[in-house]
Amino acid sequence: MAIMTVIEAVREAMREEMRRDASVFILGEDVGRRGGVFLATQGFIDEFGEQRVIDTPLAEAAIAGVAVGAAMAGMRPIAEVQFGDFMFPVFNQIVGEAARIRYGTNGKLHVPLVVRSPYGGHVRGGLFHSQSPEAYFAHTPGLKVVTPATPYDAKGLLKAAIRSNDPVVFLEHKRTYRAVRGEVPDGDYVVPIGVADIKRAGDAATIVTYGLTLHYSLQAAEVLAGEGVEVEVVDLRTVSPIDRETVLESVRKTSRALVVHEDNLSLGVGAEVSAIIAEHAFDSLDAPVMRVAGPDIPAMPFAPTLEAAYMPTADKIEAALRRLLEY
Amino acid sequence: MTQTMNDLPSGLNAEDLVDIYANMVLIRTLDERIWAMNRQGKAAIVASSQGHEAAQLASVWALRHHAKDYFCFTYYRDLAVTVSQGLTPTEALLGFLAKEGEPMSGARQFPQHGAIPDRKVINISNVVATHIPHAVGWALAAKMRGEPTVVAAYMGDGATSQGEVHEAMNFASVMKLPVVFIVENNKYAISVPQHRQMNVTEVSSRAVGYGMPGVTVDGTDVVASYAACAEAVERAARGDGPSLVELDVERYLPHTSDDDDSVYRAKEEIDEARKRDPLAKLKALLQGAGLMTDERDAELRESARREVDAATDAAEAAPFPPDDDVLERVFEEVG
Repeated sequence: MAIMTVIEAVREAMREEMRRDASVFILGEDVGRRGGVFLATQGFIDEFGEQRVIDTPLAEAAIAGVAVGAAMAGMRPIAEVQFGDFMFPVFNQIVGEAARIRYGTNGKLHVPLVVRSPYGGHVRGGLFHSQSPEAYFAHTPGLKVVTPATPYDAKGLLKAAIRSNDPVVFLEHKRTYRAVRGEVPDGDYVVPIGVADIKRAGDAATIVTYGLTLHYSLQAAEVLAGEGVEVEVVDLRTVSPIDRETVLESVRKTSRALVVHEDNLSLGVGAEVSAIIAEHAFDSLDAPVMRVAGPDIPAMPFAPTLEAAYMPTADKIEAALRRLLEY
Repeated sequence: MTQTMNDLPSGLNAEDLVDIYANMVLIRTLDERIWAMNRQGKAAIVASSQGHEAAQLASVWALRHHAKDYFCFTYYRDLAVTVSQGLTPTEALLGFLAKEGEPMSGARQFPQHGAIPDRKVINISNVVATHIPHAVGWALAAKMRGEPTVVAAYMGDGATSQGEVHEAMNFASVMKLPVVFIVENNKYAISVPQHRQMNVTEVSSRAVGYGMPGVTVDGTDVVASYAACAEAVERAARGDGPSLVELDVERYLPHTSDDDDSVYRAKEEIDEARKRDPLAKLKALLQGAGLMTDERDAELRESARREVDAATDAAEAAPFPPDDDVLERVFEEVG
């Protein structure tokens, strides 16, 4: 059992899968000699060579589109999109094309593709290096959207994504890359896509979250625990498909639900989770489902004051929890 | 200038030309039938290949003769590619009538879209030019696995305005991938003429910007089209990288059955274009060489009509897909 950071776990997952399966390869901007701007592929070009670690032209649509073509041909590409904010040039190929290929060929073809991208803010990334694009992809049937928050989950879920026979958008919160450390077992293991995880057990209320705000939620839960109030924290880990059963089971136990995410509030993952709870656990609720999320503005601003004002921090989550518990 | 059979390009012989002509007759007959069935209210949407047949068939024959293996990424106007690659008239008509058993998409997609990998044809999407990066990716996979596949990426002139074509051509050239970019230039993107799409007269002139060869030839001329495609296929097969082949063709009918070209195209222009009809040109070439007679031509047309009649009956008799199939094959079935 080793202690590693999220970025180290991501690197280990890819390295092991590339050793295990010759059809796995990486393409993206600066992934070769540079090892990726976040060093996810550091050292890979020496081990696997430039045939399997491909520095591409600066052209995100081609990175995704070429990866889709190679995946249809039976390879297992891992396309790195340098920042989540650059997923929009990729959008057409992933949402428009990859998601619909199994359905649109009546099962003749499928797309075993992973599109990895560092996303999220609270890193002074400004409007175009802080965005959380998961809801756009999660809306699309045919895609799986994975958002790990810990080293253990990052490694196990990335391995599952690489072995998936359907396209996976794999979003790694860039603030967790080096800030979050944790135990990772030696050797091969897989965390199944679509299964949530209870990161903290409790009975007073349920927080449903994913990504960086998992850690802020755990901090808020810790504060309340000091007062004898135990809050359960459910880490979705996968935002599409959502693990309805784990969410509903927790809410039926606690009777109160707070949904937390960094992406802006409206029409996002939190709206879907709230609807699931309202439809299937209405009779268990002692309070309305509440949400803490980024405000409905175009993106997280650069100035530290504005960034802090955007971010769903532990303080904001704690305040919302108190409102929920007092309702 | 009267064309003769004296100097056919390497790999192409007189028998091929007779074979190509027979294919042309069948495909034109089928295309005309599909258009008629649209006007009868039976086929919801049609994009006609009429005027493109020589270009499409010459490219397929060049791939067959000059590559050990090949794959075609087609677009919606490539009926002659799909049929010559083995999509039967019945299967094509199942697509146009959206009937059960349609092999490319199970009638989930517009006609001619989906995949028949066993016949080396993929056409994923209606979003113009999105398939060009796919073709490059297929070629990348082939190269990584050491397979001798040459990939043909077909598109119209309008598609070349898309950014993904630029990205894909650049990517393929940088990586020296075995791709032939085939531009069927009929000079119209629905209603917008070429001079509103680009400020060059030849799409192929862009090839220099990607560091690859580009050539423009008469796409109504089977022999010239074959020669240009063969050279590009051989270059790809040698591992020297992609080429751009622009085939100057004609579009005899509106963009699709939902289009009215009379509002943007003069009748005289289409009449003039019909003088380049690829069927008439190839027939004249074969007749000049003593390989075709009016009687033999009439037999071919009658045979094609019978085949298309039978296909029409079979497709009309087929049921629509069952409605409970609508939720299937979104993801892999596990367990």
